[in-house]
Amino acid sequence: MTTQVGTRFEPLWKIRLRLFLKSFQKNWALFWESRIGPIGLGIILVFVLMMIAHPILMATVWEPRVYDPIMGFDPTLLGKHPAPPSRAHPLGTDPIGRDILSQLMWSTRSEFALGVTSALITVVIGTLIGAICAYFGGVVDAIFMRIADLVMLFPFIALLMVLRSVVHLDLLRLALVMGILSGFGGITITLKAQALTVKVKPYIEAAKVAGGSAFHIIRRHIIPNIMPLSFLYMMFNVTGAVFTEAVLSYFGLLDIRMSWGIMIHTAASAGYLGAFSQYWWLWAPPGAAITLLCFAFYLVGRGLDTVVNPRLRKR
Amino acid sequence: MLRFILSRLVQIAITFFLFLTVVFLLFQAMPGDYTKQFIMNPKIPPEARKALQERLGLTGSVWDQYIHYVRNVFTGNLGVSFQHYPREVWDIIKERLPRTAVLFLVAELVAFALGYPLGKYIAWRRGRTSDYVVTVTGILFYTIFTPLLAIILLFVFSNALGWFRSGGFLTPSLWLRPPVQPQTVFLLLTATVLGLLGLWSGSFFLTKRIGHPRPRAWTRRGLVLFGVILATWAWWSSGLGPYVWDIVWHMFLPVLAVTLISFGGTMLLMRDSMLEVIREDYITTAKAKGLPDKVVRDKHAARTALLPTVTNFTIGLGFIVSGGIVTETMFSWKGMGLTYLEAVLQQDFPLAMGCLTFTGILVLLLHLVVDVLYALLDPRISY
Repeated sequence: MTTQVGTRFEPLWKIRLRLFLKSFQKNWALFWESRIGPIGLGIILVFVLMMIAHPILMATVWEPRVYDPIMGFDPTLLGKHPAPPSRAHPLGTDPIGRDILSQLMWSTRSEFALGVTSALITVVIGTLIGAICAYFGGVVDAIFMRIADLVMLFPFIALLMVLRSVVHLDLLRLALVMGILSGFGGITITLKAQALTVKVKPYIEAAKVAGGSAFHIIRRHIIPNIMPLSFLYMMFNVTGAVFTEAVLSYFGLLDIRMSWGIMIHTAASAGYLGAFSQYWWLWAPPGAAITLLCFAFYLVGRGLDTVVNPRLRKR
Repeated sequence: MLRFILSRLVQIAITFFLFLTVVFLLFQAMPGDYTKQFIMNPKIPPEARKALQERLGLTGSVWDQYIHYVRNVFTGNLGVSFQHYPREVWDIIKERLPRTAVLFLVAELVAFALGYPLGKYIAWRRGRTSDYVVTVTGILFYTIFTPLLAIILLFVFSNALGWFRSGGFLTPSLWLRPPVQPQTVFLLLTATVLGLLGLWSGSFFLTKRIGHPRPRAWTRRGLVLFGVILATWAWWSSGLGPYVWDIVWHMFLPVLAVTLISFGGTMLLMRDSMLEVIREDYITTAKAKGLPDKVVRDKHAARTALLPTVTNFTIGLGFIVSGGIVTETMFSWKGMGLTYLEAVLQQDFPLAMGCLTFTGILVLLLHLVVDVLYALLDPRISY
């Protein structure tokens, strides 16, 4: 007669995936509507393409001895460096005969690595502390808030300038220092404020009544609810990290072999900045690259802001 | 209100001591004894080194040194700069602190005067093309690489147009035989700026009695205009006119740079906080009453939206100071930022430590001013 088919449940991961895709689509539509977010994403994609293209170009078209971003030298233009843009060097060469475009593309990778690493550390610390402060309140809260005040007060670049005489700041250490320091800064205050609005929700009460430990509630209920805001702040922190690195390298204070800031530093210390437009290819491309990358991440952050914060939407 | 300000004062005092401790520990972590720096400099005799060690309490234990340091900060006894030997650190800071303070004060006020109305305006026209254009421009200036901005400004205004000097504090040829020291002139200029600012804020209280808004606004403007004319006349008749003009002329580009960097922040904050206020019921009520759009925007929405903007302003202070170091360096404006950078690069640690401490004090003072301003602006804080 009728065959009994056991009620087949969909596996949990499939449901989760479907829910995720659904919310992703909705959020993507909101992000797209903000109009400035996608522009930023586009600029970031261009930089990613540059990053990918560099090793390919080095392996195929560019002669490593000429085009290496750090050790390269073009002997055919001997005595003419810094040479203006030409067929062989689309953005010219620097005072010691290295190709500017190659340096520009090669540095993209370290900028991304630095920005993302530092922002990730910041956000992880900030989210944890924000959630803990909101949940426990009292003395813990007061201590971390005073620390946040202090970090916000500290001019960051000034601090790193002194710190470089204590520790050698290479790329990884710089990312760590910046990430940890700004993790204790203003981000904790904002995320705490968000976590406080989550803390008073009925489901937190329910979880408490059901016997959930503090750790469980923070991990499973508070943090997932402040994650979107953390993700948003990550974008702003990438901007901050890239900017700080560029300024410090521009003053020649870091142990980094090549970055956009160092490219301008090279031009400035060789005295080519005074002539302004005459040697524009020495400072304009790296300067524009730093500005554009910071700009792009900030735009993405603003775009995400309209997704996370419903009050900023059109209606 | 007094209670609010007092509680903020206590908090700021705590932050200040934490700040001092961190600065102290930072310099304590430096390898070696910093009085051993510049050991090859023949101008600094060993006796002077010894005297400096005693004066800064560097012979005692770490705890003694810390006590010494805190006491020294309050008495201005910060030791001698190696770089500018035998000048006192406090003497250098006394000279450079007003320069930075005036630069920032003027730039921030202009930035606010630009960012506040722009933010208000674009929030009201949200989603239109003008909103996007102004927002993107603001973000671009906010995130621009500061040296690049400085290079572009120098190129356009100093190199191509020739309107302004490319940097420095004054034109040396003009000051060969000045009637008074440049520092005196600059302090007088500072006093003028502060006086005008005081007149402007005081005019709000002076005109409180005038009932109708329009004559009130006109009296206020008249008062400020009168102040400006009086100040200009006083400067001109004193014979110091060309000298003070020279300094103002040099100040123009750095002020422009700091303004451009920071107006975007104020504008975006104002826009966001305005967008939140616009959703409130009382805005709908005001519109339903038939009030003109301009009145609803300026009187009902913008006044409320101003409060979060003022609080959030303090969050950006550290960022502004960092930007100031770069700006001062690019325009060779001898303020705290440039002095600090030079001191750090030359390993002149007494000077660097003094600069960092007093930059912190300046920022904290600004914090306090903003807090008082907040208390004045927020009608809810009136005990």
